[in-house]
Amino acid sequence: MRPWLRALDHRFDDAFGAGANPLKQLGALAFLVLWLLAATGIVLYALLETSAEGAYRSIGAGGALRGLHRYGADAFALLAVLHLVREWLLGRYAGFRRHSWTTGVILLPLLFACAIGGFWLHWDRLGQFSATATAEWLDALPFFESPLARNFLHGAVGDRLFSLLVFIHLGLPLLLVFGCWAHVQRIGTARVFPRRGLAAGTLLTLLLLALVLPAHSEGPADLASVPSAIALDWLLLFVHPLAQWTSAAATWGLLALALAALLLLPFVPRQSSEPVAQVDPAHCNGCGLCVADCPFAAITLVPHPARRGGVQLAQVRAASCASCGICTGACPSSSPWRKGTILATGIALPHRSLARVRERLRTGGACIVVFGCEHGARLESLADAKVVAVTLPCSGMLPPSFVDYALRQGADRVLVSTCREGGCEFRLGPRWTTERLHGEREPRLRADVPAARWRVVPADAGEEDRLREALETLQ
Amino acid sequence: MKDWRRWLAQALLYGLFALFIGVFSRWPTYQALPPDQALLKVSFIHHGQHVAPCRPYTPDELAKLPPNMRAPLKCDRARAPVEIEVDLDGATVFRHVAPAGGLSHDGASSVYHRLQVAAGEHRIAVRLKDGPGAGYTREATVRLAPAQVLVIDFDPQKGGITFS
Repeated sequence: MRPWLRALDHRFDDAFGAGANPLKQLGALAFLVLWLLAATGIVLYALLETSAEGAYRSIGAGGALRGLHRYGADAFALLAVLHLVREWLLGRYAGFRRHSWTTGVILLPLLFACAIGGFWLHWDRLGQFSATATAEWLDALPFFESPLARNFLHGAVGDRLFSLLVFIHLGLPLLLVFGCWAHVQRIGTARVFPRRGLAAGTLLTLLLLALVLPAHSEGPADLASVPSAIALDWLLLFVHPLAQWTSAAATWGLLALALAALLLLPFVPRQSSEPVAQVDPAHCNGCGLCVADCPFAAITLVPHPARRGGVQLAQVRAASCASCGICTGACPSSSPWRKGTILATGIALPHRSLARVRERLRTGGACIVVFGCEHGARLESLADAKVVAVTLPCSGMLPPSFVDYALRQGADRVLVSTCREGGCEFRLGPRWTTERLHGEREPRLRADVPAARWRVVPADAGEEDRLREALETLQ
Repeated sequence: MKDWRRWLAQALLYGLFALFIGVFSRWPTYQALPPDQALLKVSFIHHGQHVAPCRPYTPDELAKLPPNMRAPLKCDRARAPVEIEVDLDGATVFRHVAPAGGLSHDGASSVYHRLQVAAGEHRIAVRLKDGPGAGYTREATVRLAPAQVLVIDFDPQKGGITFS
């Protein structure tokens, strides 16, 4: 499945550019739409008369604003589901990603609860149908002493009940925002806003849709009759037909099973993970660069046990560590110029020593050194006597000083192969590598290293030709 | 990819996104009730009668009680279940025994049930029994318009079984 997804990503890269590829930013797009929902929701709430009689009148039959709110909710659900499916297909749900996966799955039913509650506030025929169907569906649970559906039997819904419905549509979205905050807590430098162009394109699309196809109204609610033929929002209200076609209990069972399966997915035994990063207190000065660069917020700073004067020490939370080595690339102590036969760094992967990389560069004697990522283009395909290929768990593990070191050890040129933007297995590797090498982020590549002698090439797995082409150009 | 092709591809993908949302936010139309059907909703919340009548405490029982709890009558909290039957044009279409709510069965019995019926004229008979005794009955001929909701409820203040 991964090669297909990668191929699809590349097609979208062609259209949008790798940095603005919507498939790689589904979560950020969902956040964007959430902010849109909050903004339009606040304006709509200011216009809404919070009574059963006045609600329909105050909001009116349609309008672009309501359309924007409605289509925003549809887009939010769609993007969230696509985000979940993509992460599942990429196998990104277990180990250090368990927290994000679990909180994301829990957010899904909350999202639909928020959305369904929104339909009631207009109190038109669709809202009436949804409120009644939801009450009948909830009555299948053994929690309620008297049927909730009785609230929608006689005459009109009272203002007190309607205020409760309003409260539900205010309270649940607040809970959703809190849940979204929890969802990204184990993500370093979480992207909660997509690239500007992509954000503008998405908002413009929703606005145009709302203008061309304003949210329609099914007429005011009337509890004396059943809304028989309804223009149903299938993206958000699919649960009502499902409950009517099967039964309320079967629908609860089905949804509970699906939710349980998704929640248990990260606990399915998989092959053991790689050893996590370890901190060497003798070489860590608590600078915090690894904390800033860790893509999964696995590192914190604690007081250094052996040093005084407020010196801190990095501490790795093993459960959150992805073993990507990006922290090693960020550590100023990961310098090949350091004296000593053994290159000891402040933070390192015990099974992927930088000392071995330094040794290869010393003894390489080749014209070109290629640093690459084991999730990106395969360096083995470059087998050549003139090429020394160094594969790292992620390109972000490469300290910039190693590029300088390789050149001073006799290499003519250095090629750094990263995954395409947004396609990194560990999220931030290509971005940090590029910024460090271009002197935009610590630790920087020394400014006097000739730019003509090194190059960064984004190439995903399967794009070895791109790498070969770059190599020929460099030569 | 050439610039104009990129723009075209983007426009196409944004368009598809909008089309998907625009279409499935309103189509296909859902038929919640067939066009020639009406709905009977049988629903009530009602306390059944006490299972046993109140009786005076025996002197022995009174002696065992703390002085502040020595009431003249002992009343069992449990209530009888409420039974309801609905006949439509002579045939019983719904029969249900609603147990009293609560852990001690001292709460109200409640029912909510939907019955889909053909629109038109019907003879409806409802029988409700909330304990020993004759119970309540109500019989009427009603004409139901398509999509109309007829609520069959029970309210002792309004004389028992109500059709609304």
